[in-house]
Amino acid sequence: MTSLTLVRRIRARPSIVFDALVTAEGIAQWWGPDAGPVLIAEADARIGGRFKVRFRLLDGTEHESTGEYLEIAKPERVKMTWRWTYGGADPGESLIEMSLRPVAEGTELTFTHSRLQDEESSRSHEAGWSGALDKLEAIFARGAAGPSR
Amino acid sequence: MNQSERLDRTFAALTDPTRRAILAQLERDDDGATVSDLARPHAIKLPAVMKHLDILDDAGLITRSKSGRTVTVRLQPKPMREAMEWLRRYERFWSASLDRLALYAEAKEAEARKGRK
Repeated sequence: MTSLTLVRRIRARPSIVFDALVTAEGIAQWWGPDAGPVLIAEADARIGGRFKVRFRLLDGTEHESTGEYLEIAKPERVKMTWRWTYGGADPGESLIEMSLRPVAEGTELTFTHSRLQDEESSRSHEAGWSGALDKLEAIFARGAAGPSR
Repeated sequence: MNQSERLDRTFAALTDPTRRAILAQLERDDDGATVSDLARPHAIKLPAVMKHLDILDDAGLITRSKSGRTVTVRLQPKPMREAMEWLRRYERFWSASLDRLALYAEAKEAEARKGRK
């Protein structure tokens, strides 16, 4: 299973971070890879509710993604499906999970985007994938594969 | 094969720990390795290694060249670079988003504290 995990420590209490993650007002402030604007932000944060986010990049292209909330446990966890619905190829449905843990300075947010690989082919390989990204990085640690942060 | 199919093949080939170990071994050895070199660290028989090599070959991750009775296996880094780049695009997307999320939540926290005074 192809997945990506990012961890952030945020100087705000979990309930505030949680609201920023699942309210339309919050999403409009942060969603997107560059400083381009969020054009549409809708979020119905309950199990079975949907979200929709459309943003414009600085290069002028627009992209939209939508999904369904699978789990809402304030202020600890959000799980939702995710899919590109505008502005590029659709690689199928993937899964986002956000976990919040209170720490001294505020909140530790663990963000995981999984099932990034095409679902049809990933189903049969799910068990073996975990950790493969790390291995991949290790294999290329020496090479000029790209930036390391 | 389009990009999505190529990525599927690459990721499928990488799901197996023996195949990942073979790739890591090849990465260390610029001159390539023989099939028996590759089989040595693994507790599996030669035919099983050959099967793994077939899968890696189909995914374009290695090349094999034969000289006499010796087959030399070399790493073909392009498909893995492509797979890494594809994952990195998502990483950049979320990394930038979460940086702004943090700024926003921290501003909200500051507001909440001010409001309490």
